[in-house]
Amino acid sequence: MKERIVTILEQFGLFFLFWMRSLGSVFRRPFRVRLILEQMERIGVESVPIIGLSSLAIGMIFSLQMVQLLQPFRAEIAVGTAVAVTLARELAPIITTLMLIGKNGSAMAAELGTMRVTEQIDAMETMSVDPIHFLTVPRVMACIVMFPMLTLMANVVGVFGAWVVAVWAMEVESATYLEQMFTVLRARDVLQGMLKAAVMGYMTAIICTFYGYHAENGAQGVGEASTKAVVSSSVAILVADYVMAMIFWG
Amino acid sequence: MSMIRVENLHKSFGSTEILRGVSLDIEEGQITTIIGQSGTGKSVFFKHLIGILKPDQGRIWFHDTEVTAADTPTLVEVRTHFGYAFQGAALFDSMSVAENIAFPLREVLGVTDRKDTARRVGEMLDWIGLPGIEKKRPAELSGGMRKRVGVARALVTKPDVLLFDEPTTGLDPVLGETINDLVVRVNKELELTCVVITHDIQASFRISDKIAFLHEGLVAVEGTPKEVARSTHPIVRKFIENSFNELEV
Repeated sequence: MKERIVTILEQFGLFFLFWMRSLGSVFRRPFRVRLILEQMERIGVESVPIIGLSSLAIGMIFSLQMVQLLQPFRAEIAVGTAVAVTLARELAPIITTLMLIGKNGSAMAAELGTMRVTEQIDAMETMSVDPIHFLTVPRVMACIVMFPMLTLMANVVGVFGAWVVAVWAMEVESATYLEQMFTVLRARDVLQGMLKAAVMGYMTAIICTFYGYHAENGAQGVGEASTKAVVSSSVAILVADYVMAMIFWG
Repeated sequence: MSMIRVENLHKSFGSTEILRGVSLDIEEGQITTIIGQSGTGKSVFFKHLIGILKPDQGRIWFHDTEVTAADTPTLVEVRTHFGYAFQGAALFDSMSVAENIAFPLREVLGVTDRKDTARRVGEMLDWIGLPGIEKKRPAELSGGMRKRVGVARALVTKPDVLLFDEPTTGLDPVLGETINDLVVRVNKELELTCVVITHDIQASFRISDKIAFLHEGLVAVEGTPKEVARSTHPIVRKFIENSFNELEV
């Protein structure tokens, strides 16, 4: 038990040092714009189909359930509002982040882990190239920018999916549906959701690169690093989401 | 004064003592080989030479600079004098051969001219006998080719010292011989000081000016190949006899 506590404290200490080093590296030259753009393409552009599909499905399912729940009370006109506000505040950032953790977070941990166990990170150190500056910073920057962008897209696609189901399948009146939605939904809701996504993107990048950077014991260690990265970042962003929800809307 | 001087180097990881007082002088322009059994701390020793690991005790000098007491800018400067050829080559998977060799030019020396970079990459590939593979990915190369590209990457910045970590491990005898010849060419043609870690005792006797035998975290025997061959140290004798008996078989 005592050993386990010491190991956990060591991990926290190691993570704290890694976090501080990465923070210090963000503003240090050289600024590797090409690497940041490459990561933005991998994390952002290449994730458009999966985020689009998942947010469309969430919007449609949510709308279907809400219409069925609210119809007995003749309140189905409020479905658009409920879907749009919930998506903007909670669902879009959470769904986007969880999907990106599965798609890109695990890949970050596996890529850096493989680089660690095949001495590629050591090779950078021998050349006095700071691996955290070279490998972590572009991923962190790309996540901070692309997570909110994809969240915004998830909002639009999800709202569209909800509108399609409500208006076309459940015959809710479109004009009133939209008017009600735009009356209640505020730009602040969308922007705060995007801010949450940026924070969760930052956390995802730091946690996943941390586990990859410290991988050991060959292929098995890389697999373990990926699993730990996905589990830890998923739990961390859910906790952070609750804290931010309390701050913004509590 | 020696080019690299190591004095009483100690290093432990947790309760495991890896180096227990290693002292060694590495002379300029020579091939110095460090041999020993697995787990005797040979790679750990290398990482101390360029300041990646800090010793628990002991000192290392590169010329007049004490590596073990150097601040970060000094360490960065010291490392520009070293090249490191890794056991598994450690080529960056995400980059082509040309990008791998150009990496230290761009990141260490700050060369931004594309034509100049391409020319220097081409020259290095010609020198290691692998012209025209610029666009290949590391995954498309054989083990021997990867090692040679790793050497090219280490050489492209024109260092003074090249560290070879197990250069022939995992290669068949013919390819191993090619890599040993490459070590000699690096030393003779480019006039670089070479430090080699190896299990290949036969090759080490053939190519080295000096051999240090690392055993239980200490240099058990050091000297010219002839001096080491005459050593009466039991582990050294066993190591030598086993290696040369295999040769006779």
